[in-house]
Amino acid sequence: MKAREILKILNAELLTGEENLDMEFKAACGSDLMSDVMAYVKENVVLLTGLVNPQVVRTAEMMDIKLIVFIRGKRPEDKIIEMAKEKGIAVMTTNDPMFIACGKLYSAGITERGVWD
Amino acid sequence: MSDGIIRKSFVIPANDFTVAGEASSSVKKMLIQLGADPHKIKKTAISMYEAELNAVIHANGGVAEVEIDRHKVFIRIKDEGPGIPDLELAMQEGYTTAPDSIREMGFGAGMGLPNMKRYADKLEIATEVGKGTVVEITVFLTDNEKEDH
Repeated sequence: MKAREILKILNAELLTGEENLDMEFKAACGSDLMSDVMAYVKENVVLLTGLVNPQVVRTAEMMDIKLIVFIRGKRPEDKIIEMAKEKGIAVMTTNDPMFIACGKLYSAGITERGVWD
Repeated sequence: MSDGIIRKSFVIPANDFTVAGEASSSVKKMLIQLGADPHKIKKTAISMYEAELNAVIHANGGVAEVEIDRHKVFIRIKDEGPGIPDLELAMQEGYTTAPDSIREMGFGAGMGLPNMKRYADKLEIATEVGKGTVVEITVFLTDNEKEDH
């Protein structure tokens, strides 16, 4: 699924990363624990998180994650958005809570396992 | 990549969680420029990032020394923090001594050292209570170099 479809499905707002909108995503990871993201995630996932701090972007950078979706209407400060922009990471925010956001994406076809078994 | 060795050192600032990861980010960029394999770059970046965060969280920062040659990346992170009293316990997933303030930032769940072990090809830790900790991470950049060094 393309990032632009994710934007639509989650009724989200794009905060940065227009150039990533045609990227394809087959798996997603919903987590507020960045160490778990680093432990288990394989490449090319969408990261959904309710955690808002610069280390979310940093973790995405280390993991080659190209799309972060902040849930429950969380909106990172400009500094964080700027950091993501620099690193070529798209950032969205949606009002959906975690479970609903993950459920919507799963139902729409993002069903691959994004983690190591 | 050329045959030379690239050496670089970084200061890991104390108690500044917002800039934690700058050193790992720089090393990642260097490896990308050198044309290293993306999978090896990721292994290096994650293990160094976890070590860097540990130095910030537990030890008032420290110093990272990085050596890159054709075959491997070697990273030494030194701190003068409290040391690790029971290393075996600290290596277990889920064991943590991090304060709540760190957990609220999405870390401190007892995955740092296990993640380093998971992603580094070689991990050596020397620690002394009251003196500090030295973490040495090696990631091999070529597949046939394992355990040669």
